[in-house]
Amino acid sequence: MIDTTTLWIVIIGLGLGSFFLRFMFTGLVGNRIMPEWLLRHLRYTAVAVLPALVAPQVLWPSATGGTPDPARMAAAAVTLAVGLLTKNVLAAIIAGAATLYGLLYLLG
Amino acid sequence: MAITTPKTAYFRGIVDGSPFILLIIPFATLFGVLATEAGLSVFETLMFSVVVIAGAAQFTALQLLQEEAPTIVVLASALAVNLRMAMYSASLTPYIGSAPLWQRALAAYMTVDQSYVVAIAKFERSPEMTVPQRIGYFFGAVTPIVPLWYGFTVVGAYIGAQVPDSWALDFAIPITFLAMIAPMFRTLAHVVAAFVAVVVSLLVAGVPYSLGIIIAGVIAMMAGARTEKWLAARQRAAS
Repeated sequence: MIDTTTLWIVIIGLGLGSFFLRFMFTGLVGNRIMPEWLLRHLRYTAVAVLPALVAPQVLWPSATGGTPDPARMAAAAVTLAVGLLTKNVLAAIIAGAATLYGLLYLLG
Repeated sequence: MAITTPKTAYFRGIVDGSPFILLIIPFATLFGVLATEAGLSVFETLMFSVVVIAGAAQFTALQLLQEEAPTIVVLASALAVNLRMAMYSASLTPYIGSAPLWQRALAAYMTVDQSYVVAIAKFERSPEMTVPQRIGYFFGAVTPIVPLWYGFTVVGAYIGAQVPDSWALDFAIPITFLAMIAPMFRTLAHVVAAFVAVVVSLLVAGVPYSLGIIIAGVIAMMAGARTEKWLAARQRAAS
């Protein structure tokens, strides 16, 4: 059983800490000019952080206990391919989900 | 639809953020279910989602609370999972840094993976947008996401039943993020950054507290910046 005081310390501490992380630059740097080398790095934040977040989950899904799963890998490949070809986010999500459920059903 | 006012930017943001409804509903429900199973009341569960508003960090904290880890460990681990928010904040600053403080504070509270990726993709594609338009667009993008995050946390807390494994919910995150990233590969430097991110993240997957994401992210950003510089130098040499 989770202790109520501990829970609220965690909720409030995590809320404040997360807000600080999110506000760190937009809030404290604001409209001051950032150096060019830093901006050059920041241009790649999205294409760096999100693939790093996703890649291990594609190769070693937690749902299979870390065993590579053909259905999940195929779904990831289809999502990426449809996204690259159509540039349409919703089409890519639907194609990926259809591949995942289709293969899970067929291979299941 | 051309974006001419903050209001049209806001509606454009709603449209562009709405694919994430497919992700937010099942995940918020799942958090509600797991939190009440762990013994939290409906109110505590809702406050968790409202105050913290970060899926992965909430799941981490809940897991560690259940394992009765020391409070400081719970906080440090969940905040480590959220470290990437600081990188998002830095990346958004050149675009919205001159907005009024209250708007930046509100935007900071609502900076999550989904709103960040929708907004940054738009800001990069449309450099002509004004700051009020960007802020309007950002709040548009969170409109279909944040209320559903709260609402379905409560729904999950009331359902309280186990979500069947056959739903393969674990894979909703990879699919939606891959779909979002795909249109962002505009230059060779973007492709190199993503490729390096994938390789490094797999190599450091064993690093605890999701810190592998930060390590791989920073190295990949350096790779992207290097490639950009190299491409620019080559272009100058050719002309």
